[in-house]
Order: sequence, then C-alpha cells, then structure tokens
Amino acid sequence: MSAHQIFSDALLTDGAACPPGLTTWNQSDPERRFAVYRNNVIVSLIDALADSFPVTQELVGEEFFRAMARVFARAHPPRTPVLACYGELFPGFIEAFPPAASLAYLADVARLEMLRVQAFHAADAEALGVDRIAALLADETQLGECRFSLQPSLGMLRSGYAVASLWAAHQAQDCAAALGEVDPLTAETALVLRVGLEVEIFRISTGAACFIDQLLQGLAFGPAAEQGLAADAEFDLASTLGLLIQGGALCAVTTHRSTTS
Amino acid sequence: MTARDSAIPLAGGAAAARGLTLRGGVGLKPEHFREILETRPDIGFFEIHAENYMVAGGPFHEYLGRIRQCHALSIHGVGLSIGGESPLDLAHLDRLAHLLDRYQPESFSEHLAWASHGEAFLNDLLPLPYHAATLDRVCEHVDQVQNHLKRNLLLENPATYVEFADSSMTETAFITEIVQRSGCHLLLDVNNVHVSCINHHRDPHDYIRALPLEAVRQIHLAGFASDVDAAGDTLLIDSHGAPVAQAVWDLYAFTLDLLGPMPTLIERDNDIPAFPVLLAEAQRAERMMCAAGAAIPRDRVAA
Repeated sequence: MSAHQIFSDALLTDGAACPPGLTTWNQSDPERRFAVYRNNVIVSLIDALADSFPVTQELVGEEFFRAMARVFARAHPPRTPVLACYGELFPGFIEAFPPAASLAYLADVARLEMLRVQAFHAADAEALGVDRIAALLADETQLGECRFSLQPSLGMLRSGYAVASLWAAHQAQDCAAALGEVDPLTAETALVLRVGLEVEIFRISTGAACFIDQLLQGLAFGPAAEQGLAADAEFDLASTLGLLIQGGALCAVTTHRSTTS
Repeated sequence: MTARDSAIPLAGGAAAARGLTLRGGVGLKPEHFREILETRPDIGFFEIHAENYMVAGGPFHEYLGRIRQCHALSIHGVGLSIGGESPLDLAHLDRLAHLLDRYQPESFSEHLAWASHGEAFLNDLLPLPYHAATLDRVCEHVDQVQNHLKRNLLLENPATYVEFADSSMTETAFITEIVQRSGCHLLLDVNNVHVSCINHHRDPHDYIRALPLEAVRQIHLAGFASDVDAAGDTLLIDSHGAPVAQAVWDLYAFTLDLLGPMPTLIERDNDIPAFPVLLAEAQRAERMMCAAGAAIPRDRVAA
C-alpha cells in the first residue's frame, strides 16, 4: 500500500494506529501529533456539514448532529476539493442511520437543506422581462404552446412530512412556538428557488408540483397545466404562474415561432 | 498605492504581470461582502480560497465580481494536492484555469502539501517527506500547474506537526530546489515558519535565512492555537482562528529587514472578527513595511 493510502486510512479510520515512519524532535509518541491532522480533517468536514444543514442540526441538537456527521464523513469523505455541495449523500445516510430513526422527517429536512445549498450556488440566469411575459399572457393560444426554461436554481421536494413548515418554523424568532403550530406528519411539497441573491422556500400544492415538473421536462404550458389539474382538482394555475413570475423562475421561452431569453 | 489603482480594467494577464502592490491585505469572507462594498476600504488586496468560488453562480460570484472591480485580488488554492502521490486532478486544474481567467488575479498561490488521495479529498494540508523522489514529483506537479495556468505559482511553506524518518533534506533545501528547478515563486507564511520551528525545535531565523528569499512575492500572517505533544512540549497548531501573535509580528519584522516591504496577507478562517479588526491588522503590517522600507536596505540573503 502506498504511503499516502496508509496516511489517508489512518486519518479516516476510527481507532487506526498512526502511520509508520513519523518522527519527532523530542522522541515523543507521534500519535499525539498525528492526531492534529486527524482532528483537522474530521472537524473541518463536520463543520462543512453543520454549515449546510443548520436546521437538521437544530432538530437533533449539536452533540448528536456532530456525532452523526463524524460517522458520515469517515464513511463518505468528499470526492472533490470543491466542498460547496459536500453532503449530497448525507440525507440518504441519515435515513439509514438507526440512532436517528425516531425522527422520521429528519432525512427530508436534510434533503431540503441540500436543495437550498445547491440553489444558492446554482448558475445565474436572467428572468424573462415583464413586457415579454405580459405579451405571452395576452395571447392564450400561443401561451398554451410555449415551452419555458426555468431557473437553474429551482428545485422541488415532495415529502410525506411537513418539511417546508418545519424549516420555516426554525427561522422564526420563537422557534418553539412556531413548531407548536406544525403537524410534522402533514405531507408537503417544497419549491426551492433563488430569488435575487436569497434562496427562498415555498410550500406548493401537488398540482403545482406536477405542473412545474412537466415544464421542467419540456412539456408545453397548456399540456403541463392539464397534467397539473389531472393530478390535483384544486390546482390553481394562476397563483402558481404568479409565484413563478414573481420569483423570476421563467428565464427563457420557446414558442412555435421563436426562442427568447 | 491606493485601492483605486486596481479599478482600471485589465487586459488578460496584465494584473498577473504587475503583481500585488507592497501593501497589506485580508482574506475575503462572505460575512464582510456587504460592508466592503458599502465602505470601500483602502486596502492593498483581498485573497480568496479558489475552491470556495468553484461554483456555477449565485451570491459568491456576484459579490466577488463587484469587489474585484475595486480591489486587487490574490487567489489562493487549497485543493491542488501538489505534494500528492496521485497525478494532479486535471478537472480541478481546469476549474482553476477558468477561475483565474474570470477574475485575472494579481497573484496565484498554492501549498507545499497534499490533500487528496485516491478518490478522497481530505480537506487538510498534509505533510510529505523531503527526499529525491518527492522532490521530483513536486517539481513535476509545479511545472504542470505553471504550464497549464500559463503563470507563475507562488508556493507556500507548510505548517507541520510531524516529520518523516525517510526525509533526507531539510524543508528549506527542498523548497530551494523546487524554486531553482521550476522557477516558481514563494509565498512565505511567517506564521507557518513560527509554528513549524516551535514544533520541530528549529530556529525560525535560520529557517528564513536559508530560503531563496529573492523568490518571495507575498507573505502570510495568521494566528495559531497552542497545545502540547506527548512529552508535554509545546505543539502549535496553525488554526487561523486568532489574531497574529506577537512572536509572529517579531518574526515578520525580522523578515521585512531581509526582504524589504512585501505584499502581506492577514489570514483568518475561524472565529472571524468584524472587518475593521482584520483591516487594523493589515494596517499594522503596512506600518511595519513602511518602517522596513525606510531603513537602510540590507543585502538580500539567498540560500
């Protein structure tokens, strides 16, 4: 095994001996000094996860979160020096982590926080101008045939739990009171979108989620709206469209005649 | 020598050719983005960690783009793993080339360390033994980086906690060889010198005198944490989480006596204070630079 493989394994493996061939000027046991590297590696990765998953941490407390993150980071160290989106595998890990099983919604809250991080760093795209949108809305026949490109930052999470409300409660001044209003077992769909420089989370209906999904898959506006209605009789196209327009989510459009962005 | 000088639009590579001015700078932290844009501080330069800006879009690029228009910039990589056993990560090198092309920094630096092995990125600056084989490998990597990026790299001396039985050269001899063979420049981290010299019981003045000082283009100053090793002797940790210590300011003064004024960065990555606190440390470095510049120039000491 190569020297760096041994060094690397010793850094990441719980209870591993320090690598051979290390020396110290005073002949002290190098283990104590090697522990500085071990600590730097694991603590920096735990800190990176704590930065990206603050509500997940609040839900389980700092001590539990850091212990869980430690197990995760050792098993799944980053695969790239770009750590901005480190932790993509963390929600799946949480779901299968027995000590966290009592908090069934924890993995979905982590999924939502990962979507926030991804939205924060997603590519920039200019939203369609107000005039262009007004013109499209004025011609209903043409609107039905339009295919929209949505913001690269847009993400959705369908959850069996009240993820968006739980997340919002953790942003409140009085978190405990806000949480008292939330029934965690209510299914919710969250829309994540960067609006300007801020990432926002909106709770949307099943129909809206279906409609947006169809737009993302390249379906034209008319058929996408029909699918939304088929999925959810209460689907409110006008308010969903209003949300997408206000959030600047529509950033390019293809009509059967032309493409504008 | 005002911050406004660098607001002039730069042709490709012009900033790199000119380099940083002889002033103090600080690490750019997201916590300080807005304050910097609102107050336009008179500061020599900002430094970013390259990897933090290897994202597609969003606020980091928005703020950096605006700050870059008014201030000189140093891009400091922490993930290239130049001291690694594995070949350099070409995708990462491409990401760096793209970032340098986008922001045209006055300076680009990386570390004499490794951070990746196999598929894992370990997110720390790990030590390597100093002998002929590691020297060849590091020189090859430095050449590859400089050729790919079409610019000189400033290589930073490490802070280390252990040494290797199979080292056959001193760190300063190793660095001197790299500079001679590759033509790279040096980023002299004075805090790292202090930390490593305490940790390995060496004289920091001898260490600095033994470096190829004519290759130094930038200095880093930072704070450390203090611990003890298994024998109870002091073990300093390069934490970047405290103000610059007096011992490091003293060593900086010694370094300036040898080098004359030099662009100097205050590094702070943990327990980040209010922006004016960091700015004051950069200003202290500038006052010391002025004092050193006014002194009778001494001979530059080459190794």
